[in-house]
Amino acid sequence: METATAQDILWPEVDLIRNEFPILQQTVNGRPLVYLDNGATTQKPVSVIRSMQEYYTQYNSNVHRGVHTLSQQATAAYEAARHAVAAYIGAHHHEVVFTKGTTDAINLVANGFRKAFLKEGDEIIISAMEHHSNIVPWQLICEEKGAKLKVVPVSDNGELDMDAYRSMLNGRVKLVSVTWVSNTLGTVNPVKEIIALAHEQGIPVMLDAAQAAAHIPIKVHELDVDFLALSGHKLYGPTGIGILYGKESWLEKLPPYQGGGDMIRHVTFEKTTYADVPLKFEAGTPAICEAIGLGAAVAWVNKVGIHKILAYEHQLTDYAVAALRLIDGLRFIGDAKHRSGAISFLVGDTHPSDVGVLLDQQGIAVRTGHHCTQPLCDRFGIPGTVRASLAVYNTTGDIDKLVDGVRKAVTLLG
Amino acid sequence: MTIKEQQDRIIEDFEVFGDWMEKYEYIIQLGKDLPLIDPQYKTDDNLIRGCQSKVWLHAELKDGILEFTADSDAVITKGLVSLVIQVLSGHPPKEIAEAEIYFIEAIGLTSHLSPTRSNGLLSMLKQMKLYALAFQAKSMQN
Ligand SMILES: Cc1ncc(COP(=O)(O)O)c(C=O)c1O
Repeated sequence: METATAQDILWPEVDLIRNEFPILQQTVNGRPLVYLDNGATTQKPVSVIRSMQEYYTQYNSNVHRGVHTLSQQATAAYEAARHAVAAYIGAHHHEVVFTKGTTDAINLVANGFRKAFLKEGDEIIISAMEHHSNIVPWQLICEEKGAKLKVVPVSDNGELDMDAYRSMLNGRVKLVSVTWVSNTLGTVNPVKEIIALAHEQGIPVMLDAAQAAAHIPIKVHELDVDFLALSGHKLYGPTGIGILYGKESWLEKLPPYQGGGDMIRHVTFEKTTYADVPLKFEAGTPAICEAIGLGAAVAWVNKVGIHKILAYEHQLTDYAVAALRLIDGLRFIGDAKHRSGAISFLVGDTHPSDVGVLLDQQGIAVRTGHHCTQPLCDRFGIPGTVRASLAVYNTTGDIDKLVDGVRKAVTLLG
Repeated sequence: MTIKEQQDRIIEDFEVFGDWMEKYEYIIQLGKDLPLIDPQYKTDDNLIRGCQSKVWLHAELKDGILEFTADSDAVITKGLVSLVIQVLSGHPPKEIAEAEIYFIEAIGLTSHLSPTRSNGLLSMLKQMKLYALAFQAKSMQN
């Protein structure tokens, strides 16, 4: 007779969710795969994979160009995906620019500010917990323009120092760009407050929502955020696609990023006029199949329900933190009150990469290292962390295996 | 022992291990036993880049024989480094430069050679060969 499995504790239906992910049904190094590297990328449900296969087998064609049937079908599907993502984040569809991902979206905005707004002596505010992709683009344009990059410090438990942030807002600040959720610490930042405070002084705010998109309901108009970036591959969708949300007024003001086909209205050798937003920012043939895949991913998340996901992952995170805390010598890097997704830790004086190798031997996929947040690791004086990051298909059974696996690794490393 | 004999001996050693735990226990032990690099050589110049764990490698030519010492801040990496040193250290540069390294695959640690593993084993092997070539070139000039 079947006995109740551990995952029944929190959410019996999670097994049905898991069944939709073909990749989770395999063994790695002889063990059933325990995939806890969702912060790096999530796995894809079969509906996403099927949508992309259908595109290539049934209506592959270029968009916005042909009068023929397939091209119209492809264009309709591509634009339907834009509508789906827009609805998912509470935006108008013309405020959604398809990009390669979060990094590309941030670079698009940085490039626009470099060309149109940033001057010597200006300031841009980021935080000490940013991913390199929300550091380097700003660093580059600040260097070029003689502007200053200001960094909001992070407390010992991994929260933003809001008093410091408040004191950094002044007339020289051209933009605040911070992450909604830290990919290393799992901290959920008080984005509503961050935005409101900046707006009091007329400063626009960009949110890096790469680690928020699959976990937290997003309502851009309610937040009143000016720009927001996310990656499809961290939202159960394919790689190579993401979006930039921008308020229409901002997208109008921002100069084009790249030149090419699709982004123009009229070209002569003397002068080119550009297409309306968002196509102004989509030069060249876009990632059509990937956009359609992202649309399917959003539909899948809607089917499960982002509020259900939020509630379940919250419980699962609490379960994981409580279970890991019992391991001798384990300390969390980041222990914020509001957290989501990522759980980073170190055990005794073991090196994160050693723990990672030994977990892999047990079929457990985690990420080790600095997670593209080197300044943050320097802040904590550590070479990196072991990071388990959750998705909706993870179970308390996965967490139990992780805890056992860490114990085994630590014993071996003794 | 030649480089080939060293490799064959390691392969034989690893045949007795029943499961991954025994294998890694042994590697970890090797990591703990590896004599530390002389602190004066634990410099940024000797640091091998692109690794998640830090690896320092120092090479010295004595009477036509190339000796390597190394260290790492991660113990499994250090154990793997120790195996590579057992195989390659103490031979003339020409032999090291021309050596074919097959023991890592043979003992089932291929995954550590993948560039994505970023534990530096691959970079270290390359660096050792580069040292060997450099010393070989130097000795031919003299
Ligand atoms: C917080 C955060 N920002 C940005 C990125 C970059 O995303 P992408 O590589 O998809 O552009 C990541 C990805 O790891 C991230 O976690």
